[in-house]
Amino acid sequence: MQSQATYNYKVVRQFAIMTVVWGIVGMLVGVIAAAQLVWPELNVHEFLHFGRLRPLHTNAVIFAFGGCALFATSYYIVQRTCHTTLFAPALAGFTFWGWQLVIVLAAITLPLGYTSGKEYAELEWPIDILIAVVWVSYAIVFFGTIAKRKISHIYVANWFLGAFILTVALLHIVNSAAIPVSFSGMKSYSAYAGVQDAMIQWWYGHNAVGFFLTAGFLGMMYYFVPKQADRPVYSYRLSVVHFWALIFTYMWAGPHHLHYTALPDWTQSVGMVFSLILLAPSWGGMINGVMTLSGAWHKLRTDPILKFLITSLSFYGMSTFEGPMMSVKTVNALSHYTDWTVGHVHSGALGWVAMISIGSVYFLLPRLYGKSEMYSVKLINTHFWVATIGIVLYIASMWVAGVMQGLMWRATNPDGTLTYSFVESVKASYPFWTIRFVGGALFLAGMFIMFYNMVKTIAGEKAYNAPVVAPAAAHA
Amino acid sequence: MADFISGFWNMYVMVLVALSIAFCVFVLVSNMTKREPGEAKLHGHVWDETLAEYNNPLPRWWLYLFWITIFFAIAYLAIYPGFGRVNAERGQHTQYYAEMKAADEKYGPIFAKYENMDLMAVAADPEANAMGQRMFLTYCAQCHGSAATGAKGFPNLTDNEWSWGGEPETIKTTILGGRMGVMPPFGPALGAEGTKDVANYVRSLSGLAHDSLRAQRGKEAFDQNCVACHGADGKGNQMLGAVDLTNNAWLYGSSEATIIETITNGRQNQMPAFKDFLGEAKVHILAAYVLSLNKDKK
Repeated sequence: MQSQATYNYKVVRQFAIMTVVWGIVGMLVGVIAAAQLVWPELNVHEFLHFGRLRPLHTNAVIFAFGGCALFATSYYIVQRTCHTTLFAPALAGFTFWGWQLVIVLAAITLPLGYTSGKEYAELEWPIDILIAVVWVSYAIVFFGTIAKRKISHIYVANWFLGAFILTVALLHIVNSAAIPVSFSGMKSYSAYAGVQDAMIQWWYGHNAVGFFLTAGFLGMMYYFVPKQADRPVYSYRLSVVHFWALIFTYMWAGPHHLHYTALPDWTQSVGMVFSLILLAPSWGGMINGVMTLSGAWHKLRTDPILKFLITSLSFYGMSTFEGPMMSVKTVNALSHYTDWTVGHVHSGALGWVAMISIGSVYFLLPRLYGKSEMYSVKLINTHFWVATIGIVLYIASMWVAGVMQGLMWRATNPDGTLTYSFVESVKASYPFWTIRFVGGALFLAGMFIMFYNMVKTIAGEKAYNAPVVAPAAAHA
Repeated sequence: MADFISGFWNMYVMVLVALSIAFCVFVLVSNMTKREPGEAKLHGHVWDETLAEYNNPLPRWWLYLFWITIFFAIAYLAIYPGFGRVNAERGQHTQYYAEMKAADEKYGPIFAKYENMDLMAVAADPEANAMGQRMFLTYCAQCHGSAATGAKGFPNLTDNEWSWGGEPETIKTTILGGRMGVMPPFGPALGAEGTKDVANYVRSLSGLAHDSLRAQRGKEAFDQNCVACHGADGKGNQMLGAVDLTNNAWLYGSSEATIIETITNGRQNQMPAFKDFLGEAKVHILAAYVLSLNKDKK
């Protein structure tokens, strides 16, 4: 037994711990930004101004928190479901340090004001190149591991993770294409111009949601939900259909971010109808996850990790219904540019992405140290309720604020003039921004509980690398 | 589709859209299995000790939902622009012009009834004033502020001091055609000390604290460089938009440092033209509203 090969848990441990750390950092910046909207006097310095902290917040939660969660879980899943160790472990180690470097550089350059101005792709060109190098290394490790698998069939989670890794590489490289004009000044100009630039940006932007924040986390879902519930996945057939429909249809959906702009009509319409078609493929993942629990519903009462996982699927279902509806031009005419969009994004980001990540990391942490449970299961339960109340406050306040803003902006007097000036809609938003701040602060408080629980779980414990499991007899 | 100069791209879009919808249909049709009687069966593979999969058929309601969205997409593309050039004439521009036309027909008369009235009479009309204020809050407040008291670089419209003239028709002309105010930079010509001298003279014109020695020297430079626009008495010239330097209305601020900055680098100020955007009838009411803000100060 001593000589038996073990899974490479080291890189999983590194990424799992940093998931919690960056989660706290990213969400803290979000709470500060939310406070700045309520109390503008908190914009104390240009480096800490809302306009610079907001992209730092989005980059930190998506790419630092979400990214580390995806790295950790995908490295864990791909080894275990391929019944082999990671391919190129040194390269896997590089992806950890490379990715941390990207995050630190983002945390320095964004407040300093270096930005390409592209939403969710703000980082300037030298960092973009580093991201591309790390990402290609990630792809080599992941697909290399798939290639040396000891079982002929590739588990469904790996389809989603593979699609996520390949597509994000494509999205990042195409959208970040730019002409550098200065290295020390960290300045470049996009390779595209005008409406083409806008379209490429939102092709990237929406597929970042579709592949980074959806396909990647569906891969996570397809491993941790059946594992934690100890039930078989509901339907192989459904996973095939919704996988292909999802990754195919998402590619079309970007133009719905540019309704009623200079983008040609046909592009807007095609973007809108494919966003609607996307509803069923998105829901396929939710059905497959939730129905996996049939026969094991009682576990929800006692298992807070399962609560996180299943609640995340509910929020996933809700926001993937809301998204297609918001892509309808008539609805979009009301919702666009309002806080409704912010609420929608957070029902996805907090409800789906964060909750499934948190549940998965609670599953992983003890196993990475040779234990079967976290230090305190009760604290996981507390975290769950604090986070859930936080999300509900956040999205409910943003819905109300968004619809109110949309209605105020379009209200007219009998003479056709606008009833409200813009600043009146800002003034009316304050109560809701305050509620949002409280909701965000609660969610952040939950992350601190998780951090405490994590420290208590791993303090004094020795790192553990489980032995590689041979495939079940039928596959040997 | 105006970007497309050849028919190729039109075909390209049509083929891609048709193939994409066909792909969704294909995926569905090839997976329309019925539930087999008895217990759901496992698919047969096992990963990582416990991971297995049932092979349940696609849920019916989910299938119907998928079909409905596909049919909706086809119907939508048959009615609205999206399938290549088909229905290109039903786009957002058509929609915009139709809505604007309807709005003009509906609301036009409400504004038109004031157009031939004297501006002072419109300014005294409470109903017109209310309409004027609503428009002001939409189109003017961004620069001049909700209370029309202005901001740095944007004049206060309530103090009855005017860069370009405060006669009713002049105010209307300003809104219709916009204004471009330019103060040229004098830093290079005057030098740092000379500029400071002139700044002190300028402050003296409106009775602000100043260094009288510098002001005396500054007057000489002022008489050589500034009088062409601001006049020998510093009272300005409304034909040129040269501001009156003897009053307490300061577009950029009255501190010595700010005045030095103004003289050194010059200033450029633009009031946009609203004639094409709002039309004369609305501008008439807006001009009257601005007049009404200064009624008591005449």
